[in-house]
Amino acid sequence: MRRFSWFNATSLTLGFAFLYLPMLILIIYSFNESRLVTVWAGFSTQWYGSLLQNESFLDAAWVTIQVAVASSTVATILGTMAAYVLVRGGRFMGRTMFSGMVYAPLVMPEVITGLSLLLLFIGIGLERGIFTVVLAHTTFSMCFVSVVVSSRLVSFDKSLEEAALDLGCSPFDAFRLVTLPIIAPAVISGWLLAFTLSLDDLVIASFTTGPSATTLPIRIFSAVRMGVSPEINALSTIMIAIVTVGVITASVISKRSSVAQQRDEQAAARAT
Amino acid sequence: MRRFILIAVPYLWLVALFLVPFLMVLKISLSDIALSIPPYTPQLDISEGWSGFKAFLSQLDFDNFIFLTQDPLYWRAYVSSLQIALISTVLTLLVGYPIAYAMAQAPDEWRPTLLLLVILPFWTSFLIRVYSWMGILSNEGFLNQFLLWTGIISTPLTILNTNTAVYIGIVYTYLPFMILPIYSALEKMDGSLLEAAEDLGCSRLSAFWLVTVPLSKAGIIAGCFLVFIPALGEFVIPSLLGGSDTLMIGKVLWEEFFSNRDWPVASAVAVILLLILVVPIVLFQRNEQKQREMDQ
Repeated sequence: MRRFSWFNATSLTLGFAFLYLPMLILIIYSFNESRLVTVWAGFSTQWYGSLLQNESFLDAAWVTIQVAVASSTVATILGTMAAYVLVRGGRFMGRTMFSGMVYAPLVMPEVITGLSLLLLFIGIGLERGIFTVVLAHTTFSMCFVSVVVSSRLVSFDKSLEEAALDLGCSPFDAFRLVTLPIIAPAVISGWLLAFTLSLDDLVIASFTTGPSATTLPIRIFSAVRMGVSPEINALSTIMIAIVTVGVITASVISKRSSVAQQRDEQAAARAT
Repeated sequence: MRRFILIAVPYLWLVALFLVPFLMVLKISLSDIALSIPPYTPQLDISEGWSGFKAFLSQLDFDNFIFLTQDPLYWRAYVSSLQIALISTVLTLLVGYPIAYAMAQAPDEWRPTLLLLVILPFWTSFLIRVYSWMGILSNEGFLNQFLLWTGIISTPLTILNTNTAVYIGIVYTYLPFMILPIYSALEKMDGSLLEAAEDLGCSRLSAFWLVTVPLSKAGIIAGCFLVFIPALGEFVIPSLLGGSDTLMIGKVLWEEFFSNRDWPVASAVAVILLLILVVPIVLFQRNEQKQREMDQ
């Protein structure tokens, strides 16, 4: 092990200061009494209070949560199916095109995805609102889910499934009883990824929504265009807190389950 | 039968909501603008069958594309998007490499925490992370307050609403994409190679250039593409941090669509943006492919 030099210590300190200072400032100044965002005038939680009374933010948050839950759930189902087909499906007609369609949305600029879906919805005369945003979010996030799930499917032992089939499982039961429990962590992190992508999306939602459904990012964007405001700081702080708690919990859980899995594998290895 | 359903459901979903809309963009980019809703004249009338298709082919025109080449605004927007994306990619590499390097050198028990600290901002709302810089970079913002207080400057610097702010925004938001692939390349590196180089008379700096950098090349390339590709079509960063003279193609497309309501031109802008993106995407795929083959 090489000595951890002062150079490395400096770059880590500066690097993480760069990553975290802007958010830290945002959090501190959300408790600022003054409306002037850059002048500290004393501690206050008034902006949280005024945020909770702001109907338009609350409505937008509710719309966003509905969209995120619906789209990430459908995207997880479709994405897992797509990953299974790509990894285990063997050959079928149009496989190359299918894998192209799964990977292309990952690199497609959001403005193009949004524009093209809007043109489709108008072309078939679908009224724009929550439903069209859900369709749009499902489409791009299912691709992220399928990448996460397929990397797990590639790494696990196919012979486990084959053993289940040999022992008389139907293919569906083999999937439900053997494959799904093994890939479950990837499916869950795929769902979480899809959920955050949907919560976060401004561009695609702006193109595909109608006047009846304003999502939180759209609402924030229109407020932020006017400049910095303490209410937005308060809202940001709440969102950062939720994400931080969520990510840390998820990482602790996944660490525990991987430790448990290692223990099981070691026990199995000793038993044989 | 089950297998058929398993393949057909995601397949048809993607055909209906990815491929078909994309073909519609292509089609509308070849149509003419009209003062109606939807504001374009479709050139392909499907109900007329084959004769409609023949009429469509004869009516196809590249007017919108010709218009794009004639108006210097679009040309400048493409060039300046490429320029901004390129400069910010290089800056991100310069900021990200030392961090990734230090993470790979850190004691084993720190690494999971450091990794979590890099990934955490990625889960936080993109919009909020961009917004957090508005309060820092403005004329009476924290950066100017700090610099005035230390006496480095005597008058506030104008940073917000300039290209500099856009660079800072891109480096900040895409930094995790640069750090992670470089870190995973450096982490796999065998430390004894460096010791060997030093034993053979290399200075630490030349050992770094001759051993560490070439061994992390795949990570550097992957990181650069992961920053460059999304930065090119970026909309949020130039519209919040950039000024009125910051031209980026994502912003132009947005304005063409929402403000000017010129759908055919917006579609043509989108088609050209994709054509520009094809080259880096193909290069990125090749790099990944090569990496996978080397790992096996």
